[in-house]
Amino acid sequence: MKTISLQKPDVQFIREVRERSGQEPSHCYQCGNCTAGCPYNFAYDIPVSRIMRLLQLGRREEILQSKSLWLCATCQSCTTRCPNRIDVARVMDVLRHMAREAGYATERNVKAFGDAFLESVEKHGRVYEVGILATYVRKTGRFWTDVELAPRMLPKGKLSLKPHTIQGAEHIARIFRRYRGEPDPVAKNGGEKK
Amino acid sequence: MRIGVFVCHCGSNIAATVDCPSVAQAAKLFPDVVFASDTMYACSEPGQDAIIQAIKEHRLDGVVVASCSPRMHEPTFRRALERAGLNRYMLEMANIREHVSWIGKNKELNTVKATELVRIAAAKLRLNTPLYANQFDVTKRVLVIGGGVAGIQAALDCADAGIQVIMVERDTSIGGKMAKLDKTFPTVDCSSCILGPKMVDVAQHPNITLYAASEVEEISGYVGNFDVKVRRRATYVNWDACTGCGLCMEKCPSKKSYDAFNEGVAPTAAIGISFPQAIPKKASINAEFCMKLQKGKCGVCAKICPTKCIDFEQQDTIVSEKVGAIVAATGYDLFDWTVYNQYGGGRYPDVVTSLQYERMMNASGPTAGHIKRPSDGKEPKRVVFIQCVGSRDKAVDRPYCSGFCCMYTAKQAVLTKDHIPDSDSYVFYMDIRSPGKGYDEFTRRAQEQYGVQYVRGRVSMIYPKGDVLVVRGADTLAGTQVEVEADLVVLAVGIESSKGAPHLAEKLRISYDHYGFFMEAHPKLKPVETNTAGVYLAGCCQGPKDIPTSVGQGSAAAAKVLTLFAKDKLESDPQISRVNQNRCVGCLKCTMTCPFGAVKDVKDRAGNTKAEVVETVCQGCGICTVTCPHGAIQLQHFTDNQILAEVNALCQPEMEF
Amino acid sequence: MSQRIGYYPGCSGAGTSMEYDASTRAVCARLGLALQEVPDWSCCGSTPAHTVDHVLSAALSARNLELAAEAGLETVTTPCPSCLANLRVAGHKMEKEGFRNQVKALLETECASLATVKSTLQVLLEDVGPEAVKAKVVRPLSKLRVACYYGCIMNRPPEVMQFDDPEHPMSMDTLLEACGAEVLPFPLKVECCGAAAGMPRKDIVTELSGRLLDVAAGMGVDAIVTACPLCQMNLDLRQGQVNSARGTSHAIPVFYFTQLMGLAMGLSSSEMGISKLAVDPKPCLEQAGVL
Repeated sequence: MKTISLQKPDVQFIREVRERSGQEPSHCYQCGNCTAGCPYNFAYDIPVSRIMRLLQLGRREEILQSKSLWLCATCQSCTTRCPNRIDVARVMDVLRHMAREAGYATERNVKAFGDAFLESVEKHGRVYEVGILATYVRKTGRFWTDVELAPRMLPKGKLSLKPHTIQGAEHIARIFRRYRGEPDPVAKNGGEKK
Repeated sequence: MRIGVFVCHCGSNIAATVDCPSVAQAAKLFPDVVFASDTMYACSEPGQDAIIQAIKEHRLDGVVVASCSPRMHEPTFRRALERAGLNRYMLEMANIREHVSWIGKNKELNTVKATELVRIAAAKLRLNTPLYANQFDVTKRVLVIGGGVAGIQAALDCADAGIQVIMVERDTSIGGKMAKLDKTFPTVDCSSCILGPKMVDVAQHPNITLYAASEVEEISGYVGNFDVKVRRRATYVNWDACTGCGLCMEKCPSKKSYDAFNEGVAPTAAIGISFPQAIPKKASINAEFCMKLQKGKCGVCAKICPTKCIDFEQQDTIVSEKVGAIVAATGYDLFDWTVYNQYGGGRYPDVVTSLQYERMMNASGPTAGHIKRPSDGKEPKRVVFIQCVGSRDKAVDRPYCSGFCCMYTAKQAVLTKDHIPDSDSYVFYMDIRSPGKGYDEFTRRAQEQYGVQYVRGRVSMIYPKGDVLVVRGADTLAGTQVEVEADLVVLAVGIESSKGAPHLAEKLRISYDHYGFFMEAHPKLKPVETNTAGVYLAGCCQGPKDIPTSVGQGSAAAAKVLTLFAKDKLESDPQISRVNQNRCVGCLKCTMTCPFGAVKDVKDRAGNTKAEVVETVCQGCGICTVTCPHGAIQLQHFTDNQILAEVNALCQPEMEF
Repeated sequence: MSQRIGYYPGCSGAGTSMEYDASTRAVCARLGLALQEVPDWSCCGSTPAHTVDHVLSAALSARNLELAAEAGLETVTTPCPSCLANLRVAGHKMEKEGFRNQVKALLETECASLATVKSTLQVLLEDVGPEAVKAKVVRPLSKLRVACYYGCIMNRPPEVMQFDDPEHPMSMDTLLEACGAEVLPFPLKVECCGAAAGMPRKDIVTELSGRLLDVAAGMGVDAIVTACPLCQMNLDLRQGQVNSARGTSHAIPVFYFTQLMGLAMGLSSSEMGISKLAVDPKPCLEQAGVL
């Protein structure tokens, strides 16, 4: 492991996390309880308590490039059990936002799934499960994802082959466009974008 | 009046941010000020000498010292005035350290504020009058509340010095928490072997009166003359007749009573003696579980008792005692760990507290000293200890360190290996806190000689899997999650103030902190005194402490009592309320508002109702003075006129900024 | 006596958890709760939205809370904990004015009034109560030994959820006991099943759900009862994936709590969507005498 200089913490990074999460990183005393209870720890590259420590040290790059950010499922174990009442899951969420903004996605498939999910919401107003799978496969090239589940689901009528589109779909699409800071298209039904 | 002003630099504490010479210079212009100077350390011997010399040289009859908080040095300067022949109440202090130099950085503004504070002090001083203390007798008896090791030590030290001691203990026996311990760290000597003889000394000492199964009901009076009412709870056994034979305990059919002494590890009889070394060794009935008291049936104990001492009709009694001093030694209680639902919240029988584990290891405990799992009675081979359960945890409002858990956990891990040589022990810790003599060596020995596996990290959850408990924690040094399968989990439960401690503090008129621990008068220099004269502290009622420190405090509190009792007479504080009988209209609002019951109603010669202050009871709080519609009742040294003079000095129009 | 309450089925209710939706509606109707679907409700954004941005996530949720309030629904219930979490977190965060204004800017509405959200579990426990449930039971589940599994976010974080215990919830246990089931103390009630990692990282789900199935099997349960579409899917539909990844051979039926409540109250198995479950529940239900 490389030597970390203690003298050059990225204070701007620490301040940004503090402001965006509303949590105070210095309250962490490194008991390890978040790591102890984290169901995803086995899949992490950096345990959550070490992410909190690296945050205290202002190590922006190590944190934002971590796979752990993408694997955290916000199960709230860490937040619920933190003896210092730090909303750790919220900190992880904010770090994930920052990683996304910085163009990092060290777990590509997780990001692809999330993106596919939101694209479906943007298009239809509700989630269209077959559509998500299709988009996900297109984004990742993983053709055999859950293919063994199809025979169990299709006969039960659980997977609709038709999207449910709501009346307010355009409102939802506008929310997304405004979020991205895009202008509203002149034509109605602006589901197409980019 | 001829006033002298002394502005203290306090080294650089004040002088760094206040221009002391110019404050002194400005003070020379205040009314009646005839002398002013600045001084490096007013409280030092040369500083005090300079004040005395100035009093004599300039014929001063009042002194203003502008320095620190009066809390520490007002007595110092009052004594200096007395040495110079002035009355001690002709002193005023202006606090230009805590109120000025320590809180502001702007020297110019600080200097202005310091000058104003001196102006206020000088204005008040012009209206000061000499006050004289009265003397009163001291009752040389002491009340010790709590019969744990701290209270026992205080009681024995006082009693050995010839003082009459009244000891009040809530439980049916003295001994406190230490009596429950199996061994003590770091010497691993038997707890009851070293405490037992002291308990016997309490019982046999001619100067000690012990009220067990009793609580302090009411306290009135003041230093030197407290009146105490003690409630002696009904034990349903006539203790004068009980010989402690224990036959009742054997024959009692109700064997499901909660055993408080054994921390509920196993049930006990509804009547009995809490443990073999109990002092007093007398039986008592746990009314909650007694079939006779609950349902009117049974009465076996009364039938078989050889001395016929069972009395189902017994009632609580109140006894009154007069004492001159009080030592509070009420100890602690364990934090209710069942709020930790992630540790099972009390639902898993094989998750026990450290104190339960002590009883399980103790030869006179319910398992006769054999460590057995509560669930199936099997000997555990893998024992996990979890530290900081209810300590250093803001989420459960216990952010403080309980101090001694690191050590007793190391001791319990070592003893586990002694009891079960083929066992493995794991200790989850956050930091090892072992600063006492021989303490750190002991925790090292646990790891190096006894092979206890210390894991640096907290435990997130415990869950049962088959007949084992899975303990999932973190090893932050290895940098990952860890799991251990345990047969038994011992929680190093933190401590909190004794149940009802705040209630007792209010009776004692002493302060307590957010957690119910009693406040000492000064955290460093008055660790066993309180801000109420004649009330002292010993042991964990003031905060977490181990046995040697508790014993040390017990002796320290005794020393304070003996110092108090070394005088035959005490001086009363003359800073109390007085009634101007000419102005008093007898409305008695003061009587109603006084929190100490210090104002009584009397008749004057013409038969008119008037208020009168009982000098020895008044605490000088001043509530009566603001209640009186006619200004007839005045607090000496803080009269309405003196306070108005201060306000006027501050608000005068020609103040320059 | 009939109570009108808003209903937010959530996207999965219209798809992969349609039996949860159907059984919830039927059970509520049987217990006198008149559910009124939030008109033209949209997706709450689920986990993907809050992992992208908190304002976006809150805006997607707030649209529904506002629609409900406009329809005169003060309280909305949802069976899905993921929807519950998003809707409640949105309401919680929008108590702060600065955040509320950011959301308003995305929504282009005033958000003047927002409905409050409760889980269906909470509504059934608090507004109906175990006694009223018991009174409707015609086929007690007395031969059924079940583990109640709440999932990780039904009650957490406690500051937002304000219901039941975050570590040791009992609401579902209480309701199923009222239906006569023997509820075993499942120690992993709130441990995560792997959530939405199924598609991108199947290995995570098989590991986490595998642990849950192992412990439940070790306790000798007849079935696991869930209250979350994702939990149910991971434990039931992916049970085969778990078995092949971990070399186990579990065959534990995984129900929605509303399905078992409905069966106990005499509703038909087709109405409860029993046939939609992946692991065959018939042997266990037949043995319990409720089929």
